[in-house]
Amino acid sequence: MTLDRRAFIGTTAAAAATLAAPMVRAQGRPRVVVVGGGCGGATAARYIAKDSEGAIDVTLIEPTRTYYTCFFSNLYIGGFQEMDDLGHGYGTLAADYGINVVHDWVTAVDRDAKSVTLASGGALPYDRLVVSPGIDFVEGSVPGWSVADQDAMPHAYKGGTQAELLKAQVMAMPEGGRYAMVAPPNPYRCPPGPYERVSMVAHALSQVNPTAKILIVDPKAKFSKQALFEEGWQKHYSGMIERIGPDFGGDKVEVDPAAMTVSIDGMVEKVDACNVIPAQKAGRIAHQAGLTEGNWAPVEPDSMRSKKDPNVWVLGDATSQGDMPKSGFSANSQAKVAAMAIRGELTGSAVFPARYSNTCWSLIATEDGVKVGASYEPTEEKIASVSSFISDTGEDAALRRQTYEESLGWYSGITSDMFG
Amino acid sequence: MARIAAHIAVILTAAALPGGAAVALEEAAPIGDAERGAELFTDCVGCHQVGPEAENRIGPHLNDIFGRRAGAIEGFPYSEGLARMGADGLTWTLETLDAYIENPRALVSRTRMAYPGMESAGDRADLLAYLRQFSASPANIPEAEPTAIVREVDLPPEVLEIAGDPAYGEYLSAECTTCHRRDGASDGIPSITNWPEEDFVVAMHAYRQEIRPHPVMQMMAKRLSDDEIAALAAYFARID
Ligand SMILES: Cc1cc2nc3c(=O)[nH]c(=O)nc-3n(C[C@H](O)[C@H](O)[C@H](O)COP(=O)(O)OP(=O)(O)OC[C@H]3O[C@@H](n4cnc5c(N)ncnc54)[C@H](O)[C@@H]3O)c2cc1C
Repeated sequence: MTLDRRAFIGTTAAAAATLAAPMVRAQGRPRVVVVGGGCGGATAARYIAKDSEGAIDVTLIEPTRTYYTCFFSNLYIGGFQEMDDLGHGYGTLAADYGINVVHDWVTAVDRDAKSVTLASGGALPYDRLVVSPGIDFVEGSVPGWSVADQDAMPHAYKGGTQAELLKAQVMAMPEGGRYAMVAPPNPYRCPPGPYERVSMVAHALSQVNPTAKILIVDPKAKFSKQALFEEGWQKHYSGMIERIGPDFGGDKVEVDPAAMTVSIDGMVEKVDACNVIPAQKAGRIAHQAGLTEGNWAPVEPDSMRSKKDPNVWVLGDATSQGDMPKSGFSANSQAKVAAMAIRGELTGSAVFPARYSNTCWSLIATEDGVKVGASYEPTEEKIASVSSFISDTGEDAALRRQTYEESLGWYSGITSDMFG
Repeated sequence: MARIAAHIAVILTAAALPGGAAVALEEAAPIGDAERGAELFTDCVGCHQVGPEAENRIGPHLNDIFGRRAGAIEGFPYSEGLARMGADGLTWTLETLDAYIENPRALVSRTRMAYPGMESAGDRADLLAYLRQFSASPANIPEAEPTAIVREVDLPPEVLEIAGDPAYGEYLSAECTTCHRRDGASDGIPSITNWPEEDFVVAMHAYRQEIRPHPVMQMMAKRLSDDEIAALAAYFARID
């Protein structure tokens, strides 16, 4: 097997010698630094380390010791998952793959000197840099709200405590109270995410507070899996959910976190819990590193290499690449293409044509799962969708249950693909 | 090797074709010799019953099997594989039953039906003609889908004989392992490790030709070449 692979990746004699002692930090090994240990970063680090078998020195920089997945955080809000089960550590990446895991923030990237600066003060040189920092919010995109208000009106759009906070606020709503969601404009992380969230909030409320109401204020005329969600809401949560689109002022929203009000085209509504999901942009470090154009970091469709710097790769939500949605599945898929390209440059291993794919499952109610997906290929100008599918409305309960169970399998699959 | 599931049946239904009359005529042809089929069924009675008194035994009863969703008899302990195919939308028709009887494991991975498969297309047609008599609906409409004529498209032997490159398969497998765990654990998504290579190849071709129903798998299979399918089969067959 190992012999096959050596022939296959075409490692040189020198690299083969390193393979014999993969854990030795040999001088002169090429260095890859990965910023961000989420879907894109953890996958890239793992695949580069795994497939280069010690020939590349991989450092992963991530501030948190436990990564809480955003995916399935809605199911936590709905009561279908425990928060503990959504947390993943970096121990296996360090122990089994020889990755240097550094828990720190990258505060600056010096692309001329090819080095990153850490919040703790140190600096790390790199030969190739991978940046997968996820998203940050566009200040001022929801008038009245800033990140300082995230305790009163949580976004719950980054992993961990925000989802816990939002769930606590939903559960504390007075009988017959009102939950509002300010939905984000395109493009944003996880297109069906806000609507799966509404489904899960509705599910939780229907158990403990069935006369409560949900108001979605949405700047978008249409949204992902709309027919499927609307059918499910009608079926499971009839009369509970109201959505105001841009034709009725959904794009003219303002919030007051102190007063707990939402104003829609001047009409002020009192609410009991409010989930503000602002407009999004690439994580801050991508901007600081000068990798962005507008809100996102443009990349080459065939490799995920930054269009701004041939030594830098950008992955996942932070990128603009074409047709792929900003999802964990996409980031994982892109990371494997990037890992292959980077290994190719640093060790001469074979580089095959890029292929990307994505599938996003959503849960609407107990055992009522749906999915949407597509496969993608690079063209000259973007990553383009080549074929796609979506669940049908009116599917029977057995298929919906199966789709839900499949999503559990996917969770287990992707998290072990990221964290080993 | 040659015996393995080389036929993937593709059906010609009345609905799928324009201009009904000629098609209906063609499809009204008998499936096979039901009397001979009754004799062949003696191979099956150890596990299956059919007819007015039929009950579930080791295998489910076969009354009304045509047109029934796979894995649909309440309370029968189907294998995980069969239940999954049923949930994915597999329905028993002349086409799917023919493929299943020919090689159970090729159509349904990990089925509990411990039957090695019936090689002769003629025997299968006769057996199915016999079973067809116990499916009421839509017995009186011979051109309806369950009795439509089967057209078999052979998976050319060259395709089954491709020696897959496991190293290339390892590279390609990154696309599979977002969902299917490399360690073989199955938890809502089936394990694809350590399968016999032929089963893997036939299964992927069945997705590619949309005989197996799952949309994600159809999409994945359609972008794979014959060599790539063989490479994946080789890699996953040898994985530790
Ligand atoms: C509610 C919700 C539901 C979702 N459901 C799904 C789903 O079902 N399926 C799906 O595929 N996707 C889903 N997603 C989307 C998915 O979570 C993201 O698309 C995915 O996490 C993107 O990966 P990433 O690597 O770009 O960013 P992230 O996974 O967010 O990782 C970024 C990491 O970088 C770190 N970081 C940031 N800046 C720095 C810095 N300066 N220095 C060091 N580290 C830094 C952060 O701490 C973070 O850990 C969902 C998202 C949400 C919000």
